[in-house]
Order: sequence, then structure tokens, then C-alpha cells
Amino acid sequence: MTTLAIVWFIVLTVVWTGFLLLEGFDFGVGMLHRLVGRDEEGRSLAIRTIGPVWDGNEVWLIVAIAGTFAAFPAWYATALSAFYPLILIVLVALILRGVSFEFRSHAATARSRNLWSWALAVGSLVAPLGLGIMLGGFLGGIPIDAREEFVGGFGDLFRPYAVLTGVTIALVCLLHGAVFLAMRTTDDMRLRALRIAKVLGPVVALLVIAWVALTRFDQGGALLSVIELATAIVVIAAALLVHAEREVAAFTATLATAAGIVVSLFSELYPRVMVSSLDAANDLTIATTASSPYALAVMTVVLGVLLPVILVYQGWTFYVFRNRVSRADLTDDDGGGGAGPPPRPPTADVDAPTVRPDRRELHPVRPEFRFVTWLLAWAAALVVALVRGRGGPGTRSQPAGGERPR
Amino acid sequence: MDAVDLARLQFASTSIYHFLFVPLTIGLALLVALLQTQWYRTDRPEYLRLTRFFGVLLVINVAVGVVTGLVQEFQFGMNWSGYSRFVGDVFGAPLAMEGLAAFFLESVFLGLWIFGWNRLSRRVHLATIWLVALGGVLSAAFIMAANSWMQNPVGYVINPDTGRAQLTDIGAVLTNPVFLRSYLHVLLASLVTAAVVMLAISAWHLRRRPDDPGFRSSARLALVVLAPATVLNLLVGSELGVTEGEFQPMKIAAAEAQWETCQPCSFSMFQIGGGNNDQTPDKIIAVPHLLSLLATNSWDGQVVGMNDLQAQYEQQYGPGNYVPNVFIQYWAMRVMAYLATLIVLVALWGLWRWNRLGSSPWFLRAALWSLPLPFLVNTAGWVLTENGRQPWIVQGLQLTRDGVSPSVGTATIVVSLVVFIVLYGALAVVDWLLMARYARRELEPETPPAEVEQPAHAPSY
Ligand code: HDD
Ligand code: HEM
Ligand code: HEM
Repeated sequence: MTTLAIVWFIVLTVVWTGFLLLEGFDFGVGMLHRLVGRDEEGRSLAIRTIGPVWDGNEVWLIVAIAGTFAAFPAWYATALSAFYPLILIVLVALILRGVSFEFRSHAATARSRNLWSWALAVGSLVAPLGLGIMLGGFLGGIPIDAREEFVGGFGDLFRPYAVLTGVTIALVCLLHGAVFLAMRTTDDMRLRALRIAKVLGPVVALLVIAWVALTRFDQGGALLSVIELATAIVVIAAALLVHAEREVAAFTATLATAAGIVVSLFSELYPRVMVSSLDAANDLTIATTASSPYALAVMTVVLGVLLPVILVYQGWTFYVFRNRVSRADLTDDDGGGGAGPPPRPPTADVDAPTVRPDRRELHPVRPEFRFVTWLLAWAAALVVALVRGRGGPGTRSQPAGGERPR
Repeated sequence: MDAVDLARLQFASTSIYHFLFVPLTIGLALLVALLQTQWYRTDRPEYLRLTRFFGVLLVINVAVGVVTGLVQEFQFGMNWSGYSRFVGDVFGAPLAMEGLAAFFLESVFLGLWIFGWNRLSRRVHLATIWLVALGGVLSAAFIMAANSWMQNPVGYVINPDTGRAQLTDIGAVLTNPVFLRSYLHVLLASLVTAAVVMLAISAWHLRRRPDDPGFRSSARLALVVLAPATVLNLLVGSELGVTEGEFQPMKIAAAEAQWETCQPCSFSMFQIGGGNNDQTPDKIIAVPHLLSLLATNSWDGQVVGMNDLQAQYEQQYGPGNYVPNVFIQYWAMRVMAYLATLIVLVALWGLWRWNRLGSSPWFLRAALWSLPLPFLVNTAGWVLTENGRQPWIVQGLQLTRDGVSPSVGTATIVVSLVVFIVLYGALAVVDWLLMARYARRELEPETPPAEVEQPAHAPSY
């Protein structure tokens, strides 16, 4: 195993992290835009918070996939052909969601507008769920034979641990998006986003902690690693900060949570890249799947030159669109012209600061919401307990369907 | 149909579909950047209105281009895991570079351009559209480098332990002679595609309002770009033929259905019959020396026939059938060349009517009807390139049938093929309706609509 191969394993960890950090809140906003925006205008506003950035965020996924192809061809080949049906579903979700931004804003009738809004909501849910199931499958294990080929069936892709990972990641995206919306909208929309985030906070915290613990214990460890411990702590912090209605701090915490999940997963995976549920000897590892040192060196140079530049200009976009969006932003747009708002005459007051609503004006969380929250939390705990009973990752004793010999 | 055929069908249909949007994106981004530059320099409002008009079309088009490209990124691993395993060390690098160098640029700055009209200074905002255009041009570079490696593998060794290709010289991959030429060809094709679309839309408006100064400007810009681009591309295309003759002689022989070696060789306008089981089709109107010229750049060059090549390959690679589908190859070549010539004629006609564009109804009609031409030409070009490489997936190194995923069954591919056909079909309809609706709108009024009351049903995000 060369050093460069390890470097690229870390690079891919970082890229997947970047994807979940950034596209994570896009997914969350997509899932929530119908709830947070009660009417057409509200929905448009909710989408507007991610409008300028979502496409750039999605490129992190493209780079994660293409980077795997370049640095670990055998991982790419085995993973994508094994998870074929799941990826097909993810692709359909990503396609519908990707075009929905444009198609919704240009829709001629209220019905088709509504249809694309649903496409956005459902696509934004299915995509992280599916990708999460795939990531969970890498660690939880799927039946892979000695030729590095998948020998299981459709059901083998949806083992409990993988599904739990998918659900955890999707819910983290949901919370992440709710907090992002609270941070980027005003007035009633901000309040609704906050209320949703407050309900979600404890549920997600519990789920993430359960996921972290399960991941750790099933990988044969007793104590949590530093990263896993940190993940558990930041997710609690996120829930508390949401409760305190401190959006920016809470957003930082959900960012850290998303990062923590990916890093935990990949650090448990190391030095493997895909676990075989049939035999540890069949595991795909960094050493067996990496490209040649020369190819990796070339890629490292390219990455070293380009990544800082990318971070700067992508960061700059977030800076340009840092203000909370408000109704004024919409009337600013031309009616459905995808080329954005027309230039204003130079005298116009550009970027009038939006006033942050006074904390005291906020409504407290209604008691029934708290109740529902705890109910959901307990349900999640129950699910986790069941999953654990039925066998999570590392349960090599259960090969595909149970009938295949080891 | 077996899994190999199905996987091929799926790859071919999804790529061709992706490539309907790709050249328009690349070309239109450049044209819109030119329009906005004109506005920046002259401050004439019609340029702003044109920028915004074609900008909307660009953005709608990008939406579909992006999501179909996403599919491409996953497909190599899904359907072609044997191939991915074998070439990843070489082929993955340009693909990853494309993401890092091009897609980030394109996507991030497109977002800034769309929403930045009032947030960025005029100069910075102009820079964003140029960066979007640069992103498109760069992405084509990397993807063409990858594709060209499949046509003519360079800069690699086969690792004796793993039996897989291994990169040894990235410089060779990026200066592959096939790459340099086909990249130029594709860039010019993109300009042609966008210019024809711009011309067709402008013509539609000029037929209704012959004196519209805005669309007259855009028609002229389209013509100024189109005429040199098409003519140049004919030259580059014929140079590509020479490159083919050198590196993939089977491809060019099949494109003329040339079974026997000839010198000098003629190029037939049409054939009756033909195909892999008919070595003596009736060739109609044979233009003497033309094939020699196309394939070797010399008046009396020799073109080796498919029978001789087959014998040679059997000796080199062992028994097998190394002849691609000749019928498809022959007609793909002709569709591309003939329709490309039609585009050249339209462009020249337009230059001739330069000062009387509005009062040339026949020209305007022709310009409108040439709208589908570049898309057909592009598709034919890719069929020529990819079909001609068969049965190889990587010329001389791996057969297509060895590239498919062993673990993916026929039923799975059938399902995904159906899903893609239905989904892409629906996208095509919606996209076409939207594009048509926006293409028919008049240019925005002089007063920015920001000051006009918005119709409640049409907010943008
Ligand atoms: C000659 C140019 C060319 C060719 C041959 C291809 N593409 Fe493409 N691709 C582009 C030129 C392009 C583009 C012009 O840059 C697009 C179109 C719309 C867009 O925004 O970028 C694009 C989009 C695009 C995207 C979405 C990028 C984003 O989100 O911004 C991906 C992932 C791919 N492509 C991947 C591929 C793959 C894997 C191909 C090989 C089969 C392929 N493309 C062929
Ligand atoms: C990096 C770029 C590309 C790569 C790596 C690539 C690779 C492939 C592969 C793996 C196949 C399936 C196996 C085969 O039949 O050879 C294929 C077929 C095909 N591709 Fe490409 N391709 C690329 C770009 C494109 C693009 C952009 C188009 C555009 C339309 C295209 C058109 C086709 C066609 C028409 C076929 C079917 C040929 C046939 O099977 O008869 N290719 N290519
Ligand atoms: C405006 C006109 C044209 C357009 C838009 C066009 C488009 C294309 C495209 C998209 C491809 C596939 C990509 C590639 O490998 O470069 C292609 C391939 C090709 N074109 Fe064209 N083409 C045009 C005119 C011509 C003409 C007039 C010729 C020949 C006289 C020609 C010769 C070729 C050849 C030989 C290939 C195959 C290259 C290979 O095998 O790698 N093209 N064309």
C-alpha cells in the first residue's frame, strides 16, 4: 500500500464530506421547501436560498465518483455494478430533482409547477437515502466473491445496517436543511424552519448517536474513536443550539455532524474500501484496488493545484449570496426568466440589509411538538434496537440469503 | 439481445442524448458571452436584451445537460465494470480532472451569473459568463482526451501482474494526435450547433418582424460565427479521416464499405445494398480520388480494404471478426458529411443576404428549417466514431464483450434501459416545449420588468 494510495483514500473521504456538507443542506431544503414555504411564493423563496449554489455543490458528488474511478478503479467497478439497481434509483431521483429547479420556475400551469415541486421534494429525499445505503453497504458488507464481483441479489443491498446508515444520512440532511433555511430566511418562514428543526433535533441526535455506537461496536471496538465521540457530541450540540434558536451556530454544528458521519464511516472502513460479507479475504482494500503510483501522483498534483482555487471561488459564491432571502428577492426576478433578475438601474439600493427579527418575537415551541418529538425519538431507538438484534455490519455469518456457503 | 448488446444500446442512447445538449451548452455559452461583451463595450440595450434572451435558453439547456452527464459518470462502473477495472488507471484521470477543472467552474459561475446581475459589478458579472464558457470548453477537452485514448491508446503499459492498463505518460495522453484533432472538431461542432440554433430562432422572429434590430444583430452574430466554423470543421473533419486512416484503418474502410484494397480510391455518393454480408453493393456516383484524399491526404493514396485488414488482425489478435457494422458506418459518414454541407450552404446564403436578411423570406425559412441539422450531424459523427471502433472497446486492447459487468444480468439492464428511455423521453418533451415557448417570446421591453407588476403565477426561484 503506497502512501499516495492512502492519501487518495483521505482525499475521497474529504470529497464525500464536502458533498454531504454542501449538497446535504440542498437536499434538506428540497425536502422541506413545501413545508416551510406554505404558498407558491414561500416555496420559491425556500428554493431561492439554494438556487445559486446547488449545482456547484453537486459537483462534489461527481468528483467523488470520478475520483474513485481514477484512484481506485476496482472499487469503482465493483461498487457501481454491485449497487446497480440502487444507483439507478438514485440517478432517477437526482435527475428529477436537478431539472425541477428550472422546470418548476418556468412552469406554465399551477399543476405542473406543483408536480415539479414534488419532484424536488421526493428526489431530495431519495438521493441521500440511496447514497447513504450505498455508503453503509461499503462498511456493512455485501456478498463479494474472490474475483471482486458481487454475487448477491437485490435484497442484499438493503441489509439493516446499510438502511440505517441511509436513514441517518437522509435525516441529517433534513436537519441540516432546516437549520440552513432558518439561517437564510426571515419572518414566518424562519419560524417554521426553526420549529421543524426543533422537532428534528432530538430525533436526529438520537439516531446519529445510535448509528455511531452501532458502527463502532459492530466493527469490534469497545470505546468510541475520537471522531465518533466528537460526532456524538456535535449532534447533541446541534439539537441544543437549534433549541436556543442560534441558527448560525447550529448550522456549524450540523455541518460538523455531517462531516463526522462521513469521517467515522471511512475511518472504520480503513484500510478496506468495501467489505465482503462472505469472507474477509474477499474484502476490497486500498492496496488491492489503487491505481499505479504514477497515476496517483499525476492526480495529486492536479488536485493540489486546483482544490485551493475551487475552495476560494466556491467560498466566494457563498459570500456573495450570504444575505437572508426575502420577498423582495422574488419581485426582483423577472417572471420566470431563467437568466435571473434583470440588472437594476445603478441608483437602486443594492442589498439592503435584511433585519433580523427580534428573538422575543419568536413563538415558543408548542407542547404537542415536543411530545411528538420524543415519541419519534423513542421509535427511532426501538428501530435501532431491532436492527441490532437482527445483525448489523460484520455479521459475516449471514451470507446472501443464508444459503450460500462461506 | 444479450447483455452486451443491451449495455451497448443503453450507453449509446444515453450518450447520444447527453450530446444533444452538450454542444449547444458549450457553443451557446460562448455566444452569450460574446453578446454580453458587446453590451459591456457598447452599452446598447439590444445587446443586453439578447444576452438575457439567449441566456434563458442556455440555462434551460444546461439543466438537462447536467443531469444526463451525471448518469454518464456512473455508467462506466454500472454497465462496464470489466472495462473500468481494465482502464481506470489511465481513463479515470482525465475524468476526475474534468470534474475538478471544468465542472466546478461551469456550475459555480453559472449560479453566480444567473443570480448575480444585481450583486456583482458589471465587469465581474461579465467575467462569470466567460468562466462558464471556459468550463464547457475545458470539460470537452478532458472527456475527448479520455475518449481518444479508447480510439488510440497511448502513454500506458499493460501491467503483467494485473493484466490491466497502467498510465505511464500523462503528456502522451493529452497530446494524443487523435485527441488534438477530434477535440478541435468537437469544439467547432459546438459553435456550429449553437450558431445554427441562434440563427434559426432569429430567423423565426425576423419573418414576423423583418425590421427587429435585436434579432437582426443576433442573426448576424450567428452568421459571423457559423460561416468560418463550418468551413473550418469540414477541413478538420477531413483531417480526422486521415488520422483514422493511420490509427484505425478499419474504421475508414468501413465508412466507404471498401472491402478490397484500392489505390487510388473513389468515394461513392450513395450505395444500394451493402452491409456485412454484401461485399458488392451498387455504388452510385463514385467521385474519383476522393476517398484517397480523405483517408491519406494524397491524390493517389492507398486505402487498405476490410478483407485485408481482417486477415491482418486475425494474425495479430487471433481468430475473430474485426469488421464493424459496415452499413451503419457507411451511412453515418454520409449523413454527417451531407448535412454538414447543407449547413455550409445555409451559412453562405446568409452571408450573401447580409444586408437584406429581413427581406429574404426563403433564406429565413431555410435558416429555421436547418435547426435539426447540427444535432443530426453530431449524432452521426459519434456513431461513426464509436461504431467504427467495434468490436473493440479500447482499440486493440479490449473487446467490447470483455468490458461489460459480469455481475449485472440482462433483466437489470432491460429495466434500466426502459427507465432511461421513459425518463429521457419525458425530459425531451418538457425541455422542447419550454425552449420553444421562450424562443418565441419577444425581447424584453426596455424598462426592466423589475418595475413592472409581476404576474403572481410566475415567480422564479
Ligand atoms: C464534447 C463535450 C462532452 C462530451 C463528449 C461529454 N460531455 Fe458531459 N458535459 C459536457 C461536455 C461533454 C458539458 C458541455 O460540459 C456539460 C453539458 C451541460 C453542462 O453543464 O456541462 C456536461 C455535463 C456533464 C456532467 C454534469 C456536470 C455538472 O453537474 O456541472 C457530467 C457528470 C458529465 N457531463 C460527464 C460526462 C461523461 C462521463 C461523458 C462520457 C461519456 C460525457 N460527459 C461526455
Ligand atoms: C469519454 C467519452 C466517451 C467514452 C469513454 C465512450 C465510451 C463508450 C463505450 C464504453 C461504449 C459502449 C461499448 C461500445 O459499444 O463501444 C460506447 C458506445 C457508443 N458511444 Fe461512446 N463514449 C464516449 C463519448 C461518447 C459520446 C459523447 C457520444 C455521443 C453521442 C458517444 C456515442 C456512442 C455511440 C453512438 C456508441 C454506440 C456504438 C455502438 O455500440 O455501435 N460516445 N462508447
Ligand atoms: C459542421 C460539420 C460537422 C460536425 C458538426 C461534425 C460532428 C462530428 C462529431 C460530433 C464527431 C464525433 C467526435 C469526434 O471524434 O470528433 C465527428 C467525428 C468525425 N467527423 Fe465530423 N462533423 C462535421 C463535419 C465533418 C466532415 C465534413 C468530415 C469529413 C469530411 C468529418 C469527418 C469526421 C470523421 C472522420 C470523424 C470520426 C473521427 C474519429 O474516428 O475519431 N466531419 N464529427
